[in-house]
Amino acid sequence: MTEALQWARYHWQRLIRGAPRDDDSRPYNYSSLLACGCKSSQTPKLAGKHRIVVPHLQPFKDEYEKFSGAYVNNRIRTTKYTLLNFVPRNLFEQFHRKEKKYIDQCWKDVTVGDFIRLSCNEVIPADMVLLFSTDPDGICHIETSGLDGESNLKQRQVVRGYAEQDSEVDPEKFSSRIECESPNNDLSRFRGFLEHSNKERVGLSKENLLLRGCTIRNTEAVVGIVVYAGHETKAMLNNSGPRYKRSKLERRANTDVLWCVMLLVIMCLTGAVGHGIWLSRYEKMHFFNIPEPDGHTISPLLAGFYMFWTMIILLQVLIPISLYVSIEIVKLGQIYFIQSDVDFYNEKTDSTVQCRALNIAEDLGQIQYLFSDKTGTLTENKMVFRRCSVAGFDYCHEENARRLESYQVAVSEDEDFTDTVSSFLSNMAKPRAPSCRTVHNGPLGTKPSNHLAGSSFTLGSGEGASEVPHSRQAAFSSPIETDVIPDTRLLDKFSQITPRLFMPLDETIQNPPLETLYIIDFFIALAICNTVVVSAPNQPPQKIRHPSLRGLPIKSLEEVKSLFQRWSVRRSSSPSLNSGKEPSSGVPNAFVSRLPLFSRMKPASPVEEEVSQVCKSPQCSSSSACCTETEKQHSDAGLLNGKAESLPGQPLACNLCYEAESPDEAALVYAARAYQCTLQSRTPEQVMVDFAALGPLTFQLLHILPFDSVRKRMSVVVRHPLSNQVVVYTKGADSVIMELLSVASPDGASLEKQQLIIREKTQKHLDDYAKQGLRTLCIAKKVMSDTEYAEWLRNHFLAETSIDNREELLLESAMRLENKLTLLGATGIEDRLQEGVPESIEALHKAGIKIWMLTGDKQETAVNIAYACKLLEPDDKLFILNTQSKDACGMLMSTILKELQKKTQALPEQVSLSVDLLQPPVPQDSGLRAGLIITGKTLEFALQESLQKQFLELTSWCQAVVCCRATPLQKSEVVKLVRSHLQVMTLAIGDGANDVSMIQVADIGIGVSGQEGMQAVMASDFAVSQFKHLSKLLLVHGHWCYTRLSNMILYFFYKNVAYVNLLFWYQFFCGFSGTSMTDYWVLIFFNLLFTSAPPVIYGVLEKDVSAETLMQLPELYKSGQKSEAYLPHTFWITLLDAFYQSLVCFFVPYFTYQGSDIDIFAFGNPLNTAALFIILLHLVIESKSLTWIHLLVIIGSILSYFLFAIVFGAMCVTCNPPSNPYWIMQEHMLDPVFYLVCILTMSIALLPRFVYRVLQGSLFPSPILRAKHFDRLTPEERTKALKKWRGAGKMNQVTSKYANQSAGKSGRRPMPGPSAVFAMKSATSCAIEQGNLSLCETALDQGYSETKAFEMAGPSKGKES
Amino acid sequence: MTWSATARGAHQPDNTAFTQQRLPAWQPLLSASIALPLFFCAGLAFIGLGLGLYYSSNGIKELEYDYTGDPGTGNCSVCAAAGQGRALPLPCSCAWYFSLPELFQGPVYLYYELTNFYQNNRRYGVSRDDAQLSGLPSALRHPVNECAPYQRSAAGLPIAPCGAIANSLFNDSFSLWHQRQPGGPYVKVPLDRSGIAWWTDYHVKFRNPPLVNGSLALAFQGTAPPPNWHRPVYELSPDPNNTGFINQDFVVWMRTAALPTFRKLYARIRQGNYSAGLPRGAYRVNITYNYPVRAFGGHKLLIFSSISWMGGKNPFLGIAYLVVGSVCILTGFVMLVVYIRYQDQDDDDEE
Repeated sequence: MTEALQWARYHWQRLIRGAPRDDDSRPYNYSSLLACGCKSSQTPKLAGKHRIVVPHLQPFKDEYEKFSGAYVNNRIRTTKYTLLNFVPRNLFEQFHRKEKKYIDQCWKDVTVGDFIRLSCNEVIPADMVLLFSTDPDGICHIETSGLDGESNLKQRQVVRGYAEQDSEVDPEKFSSRIECESPNNDLSRFRGFLEHSNKERVGLSKENLLLRGCTIRNTEAVVGIVVYAGHETKAMLNNSGPRYKRSKLERRANTDVLWCVMLLVIMCLTGAVGHGIWLSRYEKMHFFNIPEPDGHTISPLLAGFYMFWTMIILLQVLIPISLYVSIEIVKLGQIYFIQSDVDFYNEKTDSTVQCRALNIAEDLGQIQYLFSDKTGTLTENKMVFRRCSVAGFDYCHEENARRLESYQVAVSEDEDFTDTVSSFLSNMAKPRAPSCRTVHNGPLGTKPSNHLAGSSFTLGSGEGASEVPHSRQAAFSSPIETDVIPDTRLLDKFSQITPRLFMPLDETIQNPPLETLYIIDFFIALAICNTVVVSAPNQPPQKIRHPSLRGLPIKSLEEVKSLFQRWSVRRSSSPSLNSGKEPSSGVPNAFVSRLPLFSRMKPASPVEEEVSQVCKSPQCSSSSACCTETEKQHSDAGLLNGKAESLPGQPLACNLCYEAESPDEAALVYAARAYQCTLQSRTPEQVMVDFAALGPLTFQLLHILPFDSVRKRMSVVVRHPLSNQVVVYTKGADSVIMELLSVASPDGASLEKQQLIIREKTQKHLDDYAKQGLRTLCIAKKVMSDTEYAEWLRNHFLAETSIDNREELLLESAMRLENKLTLLGATGIEDRLQEGVPESIEALHKAGIKIWMLTGDKQETAVNIAYACKLLEPDDKLFILNTQSKDACGMLMSTILKELQKKTQALPEQVSLSVDLLQPPVPQDSGLRAGLIITGKTLEFALQESLQKQFLELTSWCQAVVCCRATPLQKSEVVKLVRSHLQVMTLAIGDGANDVSMIQVADIGIGVSGQEGMQAVMASDFAVSQFKHLSKLLLVHGHWCYTRLSNMILYFFYKNVAYVNLLFWYQFFCGFSGTSMTDYWVLIFFNLLFTSAPPVIYGVLEKDVSAETLMQLPELYKSGQKSEAYLPHTFWITLLDAFYQSLVCFFVPYFTYQGSDIDIFAFGNPLNTAALFIILLHLVIESKSLTWIHLLVIIGSILSYFLFAIVFGAMCVTCNPPSNPYWIMQEHMLDPVFYLVCILTMSIALLPRFVYRVLQGSLFPSPILRAKHFDRLTPEERTKALKKWRGAGKMNQVTSKYANQSAGKSGRRPMPGPSAVFAMKSATSCAIEQGNLSLCETALDQGYSETKAFEMAGPSKGKES
Repeated sequence: MTWSATARGAHQPDNTAFTQQRLPAWQPLLSASIALPLFFCAGLAFIGLGLGLYYSSNGIKELEYDYTGDPGTGNCSVCAAAGQGRALPLPCSCAWYFSLPELFQGPVYLYYELTNFYQNNRRYGVSRDDAQLSGLPSALRHPVNECAPYQRSAAGLPIAPCGAIANSLFNDSFSLWHQRQPGGPYVKVPLDRSGIAWWTDYHVKFRNPPLVNGSLALAFQGTAPPPNWHRPVYELSPDPNNTGFINQDFVVWMRTAALPTFRKLYARIRQGNYSAGLPRGAYRVNITYNYPVRAFGGHKLLIFSSISWMGGKNPFLGIAYLVVGSVCILTGFVMLVVYIRYQDQDDDDEE
């Protein structure tokens, strides 16, 4: 199905909203900005929240006119953003045929057939075919995180035939037509062709299509033609919009509304029958059976039938239509309060909780099962290089660990983290230096050759990032990931690296230090074995392809020299630098190339670098003196720093940015850079690495075997520039790599023996890393001879070109290459737990929520993270389900079940018998804490029909379930299974595209707006920025929302029934004739005005327990899980109370006025008044907290009632026929009996509930009521009471606790904070290291003692400074 | 604008007591100790009120007589029997004799009471035209449809006043005679029949149509009286201030009663020698028996009642207050027990 695109303007219906058309003429007026500000119809309500400042409308207009005049013949305005760079994201250039130039347009105004020109970092406004890119190869990089959550860059290509053009495509001359598919939602497919005027056709594919919502990266400008716009774009078609979910509470309320309907029908039937009977007694009486106009009277039967409908009209208020309106209003209010909670605010991302679903907030208070993703949800998804093991030696990177831990502190203290970083760097004897931005202000920073530095991009500074609003920072480049502090021991070994090592390879040095070679290879592998794209944030990649080689003007070289001379004194004391091979040209090169490293990590001066070199070099005898001297001098070296850093070429390096497919890769590259092995550039042909002592190395890139999930590894084949050999560097999962290592041959060469030792040690280290929850990767290499390589290449080429089963052949080919590897080492990357996750998980556990972790990660990592985040406790009994067949799975499950049953049967007997009486043992609460680990494969079996039940039964015994290696589909199936079979409320939280299905299936889906794009957020009902916010969202807001809304709904039922029944009772005294004793305006307004606001305010503001108490006592959440506030019987009790109150409210005035000369409306007046007070005071009794708003609304309601009654009674003489309450209120207000009746009615009506509440408060307070007492206590009393509460809580569940008690106690103390956790963790791990040091160290480590001494000195120095 | 002044993030929520839900609040914690004094206070107050009400209600005298004319209940049974089965009963008179052993403390109000009369029947109650009754000439000629079938007469003339309520106007009349000495002559007791309707009804709500040539009869020309009426509306009373729509009896009748058993004020006795009440002696009430009630099983009663600050005799309020007050006191004692017992427990808990 193809559809020809008409070249003519395609007028397309704006479904979003009928925006005024004249926006076109005033492109910068406020409303159009608003329209642009909200990207699509999904979030129109946010428009009002955006604060858009529109400075200087007039100057822009002038400017615009000037440009329009100046560029009449110039089709492209290139200077647009110099003036108005505050909204570049929303506006873009578009070609207008008439005006022959690009003008700024709003997204909504883009139509099919428009030409659009976009610059770097702009968001693509519509699906368009790429026609031009400034990239010479016709490539455009786009970031698709908005669509699929992948934050790596993807390449798109200019349509064939257009790539060769060097000038921009000229829309004027574009005469081809495009045919393509009609709009569809398949993101991964696009088919069509472009037909030139000479009937020549060029095929179009997905590679040519830029999708709406993606961002242009690394490409200066692109031009494209729109093929799908607006709602037809693939992104929009993929977005089904927020799903409408009904909350559990509302479903519950709906059934009760049905009951109300039943009640109404019964009441109306009563009326109908009653009227029929009544009328039959007076059939002949024309007093009562008023004849029709034509004189005949209707039969009682018919009159009864009519009466049924009359009664329905009269009593319809019983059906709480207004309830739904009020519920919506209350929900809006609740959402407002959730969104404006400061505790959810995340300063780093300037984001707060985002409620995308407006109607299920109260479900947050009833969650029983929580399904959480791991990566990015529990963890930060910031891969941080933690440790590595090279050639069998473990480098624990103590300093780095310490940096990480105090980074957290710094962030929480809201400080500029550069302070922290620099304090670490000062540990390394590197004093603080100005950041990149100060460089830019430096004396040389304004040099024209340096204009790139002008777009100062301070990677090192968090505030710098926020100051660049329109360009998201490159992926995975937050400082915590990029700044790696090298391990000193490893740096020591680095200092031995000299180019000499490689130059004569095997002749001069008889015994090449194998370890050093390993280290070199290891870091080279880290730097090049990846698919990282190097870029500067505002810079197309091609500009920095050969930065330090080509771009060294002579002038700057001279400056370098002069700098060197200035520091030559110190320099001479550094033997390592002296040993450079070329005296004049090589050294500056090496020098400059090293500089970027430090200026990148933390902009530093050559001074510092030298100092560090000096201090680290073991031969330096006077190191300490040297250090202090430099430090002293450094304070006034600011100017020099500026000079040094503004060297040409260097700012580029400073801005080097690595954009990687996965965060792990980026972390490894950054780690390599920390060891001065900097990945400088990457082109399809070669990779440039700047290696510390070896200078820039250019690797000829022969081949990349990309990562795939079958092989679980990737390889690069390069030609080593020094040895000129073909080398394969492989990086992959430990389990895979270990199997591919070259097997030790029996002849037992020393080399191979050593390799065996390394392998064993590395395996040990790997296990150790995994225990700490680190993600491990193995690095290996293989040297090939040219002939071997040629042979492999031939086969590989065959595989690549074959058409049938190409994938298999390629896999085979890769297998052929990746074997007999030499293990270089392993890395441990930490995916750090988010701040506050263990505390949140613990609180949620205590709140009775079962937490399942569903992750795609491997078992070890998942279990480790589960322990780290307290999902599993150390003394939990762990069951691991990892079977290969369904039968085995079933068997295993039944044995585990049996074991569990046996244990719980045994337990209660052991503990105490008296407790049994108090609390019968429930499997869930029994003493055994168990955790279940299940792998993806086994999960597949467990999810099958026959094993489902067993699986669920098993999981119900376990406090925590961890599913590892789960696919996105499995995740959603698990959620679905639990939700439908156990009939529980489920919540799914995740951050990535792989969690979307799970999020959508769960009752509540929560998206974590993290690193992996917006897809999870788009699918979610609530979006939070961090996992820790979940605890407050559930425990406080969930509880509040649920309690408030359920109480409000109950109150609404009560209110309606209580009021309507007054009318019903009256029917018994008016022959069931449907008379109301109230004027119908009062009847209408009673619900609409007088009693409508208080319940809404109650629903929004009611606060049964304060937030602090709710957070401190997560147990209170259980009341919501059990729906205690709104059970079926609560509804009936409420209804009974309503009946009682209405009876009282009717019969007290009835008996008072019985037999008197009272008339109808005068009888109704005290009824109404008393009912109003009863209904309002009922609310006051039920309210747990009353603010001035409550009082205002209640008093307002009363006043409005009286005001209305008085004014209406005075004004309405003949209005509102046939009768009106003329002057009745006035009469009554002078009548003491009226007041007496009202007071009596109120007292009798409210007495039972009041007494009940009072007795409940004293005799059997619910946990919530008890907790409420805490809010009144002073802080000291409060802590005491809390302790007591917890003690009591424990007493209640003695069955569960003797093993757990100590853990519970310690856990309940306020947590020392995540940093402490990390501190403990790193401390222990390092302690292990210290213990093993003797094993680790060999004779090669001559500088060890000094290093250790330095390590000891380092921290103390840091404290001083 | 507050946001322009601050330098915080664009999405940072306001940190105010309201948005953070930290408004100072009164948090009533209902418990026995707090409710205890409340119950005792309320109980005492209610008992006090109840006693006052009870005694003032007890002080009110009422004298009633059912003159429906059930066989054997007096001479009205003759009239009742005579009127039976007729649509328009013949004029008939009967009398009620009673004697007061002592002074009937005034001011004395004379009521008539109808039972089982559903004035609050919806179709009956809506059958009226307030616009017509307010003297609107257009409404006089064009009564609203709710009045049907008493909207127009058989001749097609608009009925004034239209509707079932007006049609069923109570038309018995009473006169009170006092015999000071036994065997002495009966002296007519002056009945004050003015001011028996609400002041606002009489002066504002009910108006005669504008006079034509100074004549009310001409103003009503072209209308028909309700079918049950013997006289046109402008002849209800010879007093020009009490005839037409502003006839007090009519106005009183038109304020439809709330309950099927109701009283309506007929007259007040406050003139001459009777301003202090009815002195002791024998009395006779002459009753013009017109109104048929037997058809719907109703009764007609005549009531003399004195009045207090709380209106007519009504023991219910006083008794109810007494009962509620006692219940409050009782609950108060229960609370006391609860308080004493559970307070100890709380103290134990504290330790």
